[in-house]
Amino acid sequence: MSGTTHNLKRMYRFDLTTRLVAKLKQEEAVIGGIGHSNFDLWAAGHRPQNFYMLGSMGLAIPIAMGVALAQPARKTFALEGDGSLLMELGCLTTVAAQAPKNLIIILFDNGIYQITGGQPTPGLHADYVAIARACGLTTAAWAADEVEFERMLDNALATDGPHFIGCKLDSQGPKAQTERDPAQIRDRFMRGMGTKKNRTLG
Amino acid sequence: MTETLPPWHEIVLNVFKANEVKLITYVPDNVLKPLIQALHADPYFTCFATAREEEAVGILSGAWMAGLRGILLMQTSGFATLPNVLASLPCAFQIPVMMMISERGTLGEFNVGQAAVCRTMRPILDSLAMEHHTVSRLDECEMIVDRTLRQAIMTQAPAALILSPLLTGGKVVAR
Repeated sequence: MSGTTHNLKRMYRFDLTTRLVAKLKQEEAVIGGIGHSNFDLWAAGHRPQNFYMLGSMGLAIPIAMGVALAQPARKTFALEGDGSLLMELGCLTTVAAQAPKNLIIILFDNGIYQITGGQPTPGLHADYVAIARACGLTTAAWAADEVEFERMLDNALATDGPHFIGCKLDSQGPKAQTERDPAQIRDRFMRGMGTKKNRTLG
Repeated sequence: MTETLPPWHEIVLNVFKANEVKLITYVPDNVLKPLIQALHADPYFTCFATAREEEAVGILSGAWMAGLRGILLMQTSGFATLPNVLASLPCAFQIPVMMMISERGTLGEFNVGQAAVCRTMRPILDSLAMEHHTVSRLDECEMIVDRTLRQAIMTQAPAALILSPLLTGGKVVAR
């Protein structure tokens, strides 16, 4: 685990997302942030415990925190982009203050607004792991490469959080595009969370 | 004959309990202070401040989908930061995010910024087609708050309760 951004490998978001999904055996919740963060979650294979955002940029971590508070026994992941996190940096202080043990934040940092044409974010000189630590998430760390990312995931799944895993991304685009039907996304997620139990017709 | 009613914040707290609204997120306000204090003091509730109102909309949305009901307490200016997330999260996904807004900017406001932003509140709620009611009388407080929360939950639609200075006394400046 690294506390600095020196020598971090730039990784492929779809590959990291696939590695994450492969480790989920306990119906863990995953909240995919807007844009390519949730596109690759969708592309990695739909699970009923996935929630795909369609707007409300910056709210993947708060949504995941709400799920984590409602179901303390369920590990809950937020997949958030660096541009999105910049929109709602203050939420890291709320996470640190409430410290939900079952919350795991994965930051996908490509340094750009990829979905709008690749413009650099103003966070050119920002170290998001350092920011998370300074907000009180003291175990926040960068994943140096894919092997370490998997090791950090194993640790996050096995131990109390909140955890924050930073990943530097390469410039590859998403593998697919999420089906945009918010009412259906919400309904499926609630069934995945066990809060809606009746069978669907047809 | 006049019936003695409890103060508005006591009525509101009891209605939250009756509707199993357990998760309280807020960005504070002077008028809401007695309610926030009482909610913190009652172990039935999980009650905490967020850095920004938008964040609370996200937390409440996630919590509701996972089976925990909550409400966001804020003041008028805080509500004005919310249109984008309301449109794209609770409105689009049909999630009953419930909000209680202490109304600043009217009936003796001393801050011109609050007065200006107050005029945007109801047009925003109307244009988002969100159910909203203003509580201005103590004798109507329980019914309006209770029925608004119940309808939000049953129809899976976000809703806003506006607490008028007529109910709360508002925030006044010394003459």
